[in-house]
Amino acid sequence: MTILNVDNITMQFGGIKAVSDLKMEINEREIVGLIGPNGAGKTTAFNMITGVYKPTLGNVYFNDKNITGIKPHEITKLGIARTFQNIRLFKELSVLDNVLIANHLRLKSGIVASIVKTPNYKKEERHIYEKSLQLLEDVGLLDLINERADNLPYGKQRRLEIARALATEPKLLLLDEPAAGMNPQESLELMEFIREIRDKYEIAILMIEHHMQVIMGVCEKIYVLDYGITIAEGSPENIQNNPKVIEAYLGVD
Amino acid sequence: MKKHRLLTALAVVALIGLLGVFNLTFDSYKLRILNLCGIYIILGLSMNLINGFTGLFSLGHAGFMAVGAYVSALLTMSPELKDTVFYAVPIHPFVKAMSAPFPIALLLGGIAAGIVGGVIAAPILRLKDDYLAIATLGFSEIIRVVATNLQSITNGPLGLKGIDRVVNTGWSWGLAILTVYFIKKLMDGSYGKAILAIREDEIAAEAMGVNLFRHKMYSFIIGAFFAGIGGGLLAHMLGTIDPLMFRFILTFNILLIVVLGGIGSITGTVISACVVTSMMEVLRFLEGKMDFGFFQIQGIPGMRMVVFSALLMIVILWYPRGLMGTKEFNWDYILQRKYLNIFNKKKKKKTVSEEN
Repeated sequence: MTILNVDNITMQFGGIKAVSDLKMEINEREIVGLIGPNGAGKTTAFNMITGVYKPTLGNVYFNDKNITGIKPHEITKLGIARTFQNIRLFKELSVLDNVLIANHLRLKSGIVASIVKTPNYKKEERHIYEKSLQLLEDVGLLDLINERADNLPYGKQRRLEIARALATEPKLLLLDEPAAGMNPQESLELMEFIREIRDKYEIAILMIEHHMQVIMGVCEKIYVLDYGITIAEGSPENIQNNPKVIEAYLGVD
Repeated sequence: MKKHRLLTALAVVALIGLLGVFNLTFDSYKLRILNLCGIYIILGLSMNLINGFTGLFSLGHAGFMAVGAYVSALLTMSPELKDTVFYAVPIHPFVKAMSAPFPIALLLGGIAAGIVGGVIAAPILRLKDDYLAIATLGFSEIIRVVATNLQSITNGPLGLKGIDRVVNTGWSWGLAILTVYFIKKLMDGSYGKAILAIREDEIAAEAMGVNLFRHKMYSFIIGAFFAGIGGGLLAHMLGTIDPLMFRFILTFNILLIVVLGGIGSITGTVISACVVTSMMEVLRFLEGKMDFGFFQIQGIPGMRMVVFSALLMIVILWYPRGLMGTKEFNWDYILQRKYLNIFNKKKKKKTVSEEN
């Protein structure tokens, strides 16, 4: 079943079309890659799906609901979570707090209940706490929960960002260059990790990545952007042999 | 955790006992400074919630305080008193009729300030950083100008006089302790964490599902509410208020407390509220005549502020994040330290005895 349907979205900044007529379909529990040279419009596409930008033209449907122009926090509540290209953790807060905050959107108690600590709120808080510990165990950060987020090594910060996104209980997870700055060994671990979370949390994943090894190894479907235009889509094998893709990445004589 | 709670309870009891002793032994001048400390703790915390925890640089505090002070004072003044105070322009009949006992008047003053805070915040929360600071400063001045010109309600520049001076140590410090408790509980809870997330990274907070507008509104309204309470207490401590009291300098004094104590630290604000308020009085001698033997200084009004500016510069240079930064008082820290000290001493003794 399709959970995300991107219907011909275009983003225009003044005279520049950062993304034009992007069509994309993502099924449940599918891992999809979005690749392309620098400045191809990949992150812009992410920002349109997550509500940071409102597309100039076209619509985005999530679970058959039109989410075009909805605010980012509402889209997160509907079930799309994301990570950022340049890690955006709550740096001065603890690892645990980072994950706890991502549970806030599911909290039912009001602000007064949270101050007087009603039994209902306490129950919810305990549930959130246990859920967050479980998540941190899943991503292998359980021994670091009281550490400040910016004290973590780079690879663990990336993991924490993914854990934080998972805490919002998404059905679709958008990863913006999760392997950036990782060595080959870490990239391999990351591939394994991405598959694991897909299976464990039964979510679909859309990822932007430059590491071809990661993309080809883990994605079931790939979209290729160049100057905002979708130049190819299909399985990893198809993409690898597509002359247009090779041209976009390597150029031709 | 239970141990900590017991220690906190003991500390609060000790504080109340200490305040009781002060209350009996201090003369009226010292008591006034003590009460002022309590009020400035409330004001500092309310500003710290908006500026420190939420990261919204707001300079509207004097305005919110004015609303709280005027509303609560008009509620506690008796109709006869109002008639004698409003001699220039007759008082509005509704304002003359309204009255409430002090606790309710104070609460209503706070609520009125919260409402004004919310109404102001709704349109200007689109702004950020210095633009937000200028807009809130502007609104604070607007409130003051309105208070100056709405003569039938506020008695204009003549101000209100003869307000019951009911605020004693119990009121100021009792409410200060309550405010500390309230803000602490708020920041420990899920909403407080979401507010911190906004300060840390707005874009990430929004992407994690935090409704930015709603949480900023919460922070602004609660902050304005406590500023209103502080204003009401001030009015009922001084006995007179007039619009000139609520100039920018008042906001600046509170900002000084917040910055010195640490932007985003409850402990820091409490400490620096007491230190700054006491210093303001202690340093009063600087403004009087001074005789150094070889030369003399005639009294220079404003010398205190020179010292405070210098102090602020020193703190900013060596402690850019205030005395406490974002750290908080923590029983664990103190207990462990003590424990370690005893442990070390024992160890030393042992080694000495072994050598013998």
